Amino acid sequence: MLKTLKQIASIGIVTEPAPPADESLRVRDALQEQIRSVLGRALCIRHVDAGSCNGCELEIHALNNPVYNLEGLGIRFVASPRHADMLLVTGPVSRHMVVALRRAYDATPEPKLVVALGDCGCTGGIFGESYASCGRVANVIPVDVAIPGCPPSPTRILQGILAALHTSRASAAGASETLDSPARRA
Amino acid sequence: MPLRAWDSRFGSLPGAPGLQAIRVSREEWRPLAQDLLAARFRLLALWASRGANSEAIIHAVFFGERGALLVSMPVTPEERYVGLEDLFPAASRMQRAIADLSGLHSTDEDNRPWLRHASWPAGFRPLVDAEVPALAEPVADTYAFVSVEGDGVHEIPVGPIHAGTIEPGHFRFSVVGEKVLRLEERLGYVHKGIERRFTELPILEAHRLAARVSGDSAVAFSWAYCQALEGMSGVQIPARAAWLRALALELERIANHLGDLGALGNDAGFAFGLAQFSRLKEDLLRATHDALGARYLMGLIVPGGTRLDLSEGGADRLRSCVRTLTKQVSELRAIYDDHEGVRDRFIGAGTVAPPLATRLGLIGLAGRASGQALDLRVDLPCEPYTELSPVKVCHNEGDVAARVAVRFDETLESCALVERILATMPAGAHIEHVQAPAAGSLGIGLIEGWRGPVLMALEAGVDGSIRRCHPHDPSWQNWPVLEHAIIDNIVPDFPLINKSFNLAYSGHDL
Repeated sequence: MLKTLKQIASIGIVTEPAPPADESLRVRDALQEQIRSVLGRALCIRHVDAGSCNGCELEIHALNNPVYNLEGLGIRFVASPRHADMLLVTGPVSRHMVVALRRAYDATPEPKLVVALGDCGCTGGIFGESYASCGRVANVIPVDVAIPGCPPSPTRILQGILAALHTSRASAAGASETLDSPARRA
Repeated sequence: MPLRAWDSRFGSLPGAPGLQAIRVSREEWRPLAQDLLAARFRLLALWASRGANSEAIIHAVFFGERGALLVSMPVTPEERYVGLEDLFPAASRMQRAIADLSGLHSTDEDNRPWLRHASWPAGFRPLVDAEVPALAEPVADTYAFVSVEGDGVHEIPVGPIHAGTIEPGHFRFSVVGEKVLRLEERLGYVHKGIERRFTELPILEAHRLAARVSGDSAVAFSWAYCQALEGMSGVQIPARAAWLRALALELERIANHLGDLGALGNDAGFAFGLAQFSRLKEDLLRATHDALGARYLMGLIVPGGTRLDLSEGGADRLRSCVRTLTKQVSELRAIYDDHEGVRDRFIGAGTVAPPLATRLGLIGLAGRASGQALDLRVDLPCEPYTELSPVKVCHNEGDVAARVAVRFDETLESCALVERILATMPAGAHIEHVQAPAAGSLGIGLIEGWRGPVLMALEAGVDGSIRRCHPHDPSWQNWPVLEHAIIDNIVPDFPLINKSFNLAYSGHDL
């Protein structure tokens, strides 16, 4: 126990300030105002791997490490789409995952956001469309934000998730300011 | 018959060191497999391809004391070939995948579809038929799970979408109360046509797809692909390139082990472990980015060598990172070892005893936790492992604690290897020109990834195309063993036991 406490004390807080939202990643504007009025800054995300190579999953994991500290921003991953505000979808959508993805989408309460993550989620990537793959996520469910990269870095993912929440550059800048709370700077 | 009776018929094969190949008739297929089993060989991979004149061929790679052997047998689609499930249980799912993708059926009893769900018609053979038929909208399908009957037995279906950020697959538990009587896996959900996609890419560019067979093993798969290709083209890569590849492979191993060690602590209710190990992993990924241009090295290994050399200051950055890691991981290991709650969850959970591991063909990291001392870096070393001589890790307890111990040992060993590589790496070029190999040539790459031996079988087509490429992840062997590991454990221990194997879905479903 003493060793554990010593380790915690010696490492201290390693969390870095959150990056600003990147509005250029947004592909659809329909819901942002409505979502923001409902959610404020809190957000629950359900991740769905619809056919990924698992590279994007590694960087989603990193979002929860103490350096990016996603939960410190009020954003967390939840176990059920019924608890989620946002679906974070990776991979080209394999034909075998179409039914499960659509069910997860239907189970997510309105208003909801969809973020397509990674080159495959944005365009189908190197796998493309085939007898086994439907290609990009937007071919199966509506997408609000598309974050390219193979895999995108945790910072890029965070910028995209924040872009989904924000309505304009001005409010994004303001929000990133408020997100950088005293606790996070400490 | 002793194995040496076949000796005169073995030829050599390009790719991994010491590969041998033999072509057998349908009558010889099973006797040779029996001789290989008697000589304690294990099955590494099984797949089908079309040879010249479109004849159908079944290929198997076995590994044993005398190295890796490719056994190839011509078959006819009309006649079932002799299955090997009773000799090598891991063959079962591979044979079912061959039936799904190539339309060749074995004589073994279990002939349920494996990689094919209802999303494309049964008559379509993705690796044989050029024309893709009209595809109907995907619908939910049914699968004939083995049902367990008895007083109080009920089923728990889980997936394909799991509760955490992991890949999709379905688990069907038959339980009494909290005790698991049987687990049956159903995979194939992330099948995205990788093997057919390979045949649409130029052979000199498909290393990009190889790196994305399973993202967490990008270095292992892209190296295995390039090893096969370079062997077929007769190219000797520069010495420095081989050392850079080994550096990348060990960094990939450390990163994955750190991630797993944190997640395993978390699954045992020790969130401190996740916070600490994920912080260390982040430090390593940033150092990797600074030294080799990316956090995950999907694009580093290319035909002929590596795309980049170490950045200026990269060696120092990595050296200081692994030194810190060595110290910190040792300290965290002491904390895990002393923590009664963690010990209570790790020890005795999900045990696979060594005799069962041998019988079922458990390999890789999980195998080395169950007395299966096989590590290609030691047993079939390519350059620079011939000089590096890594220490092979092996434990015999076969439980979660043993799989954790293997990860700790290997993390520390890989940190030491990284230091040695940085200290002794030769100077010079890091890439050599490669030409497309002659049509019809065949090569096999074999690399010990963090999860276990990764295999890439490559056949060249005309004009720089690919006729066939078969990637094989060790998860094929180890998924069926997980079904045994969970028996008589309680349902709430499944996430921990599953994580201790940490098997690939994408690398398996292809």
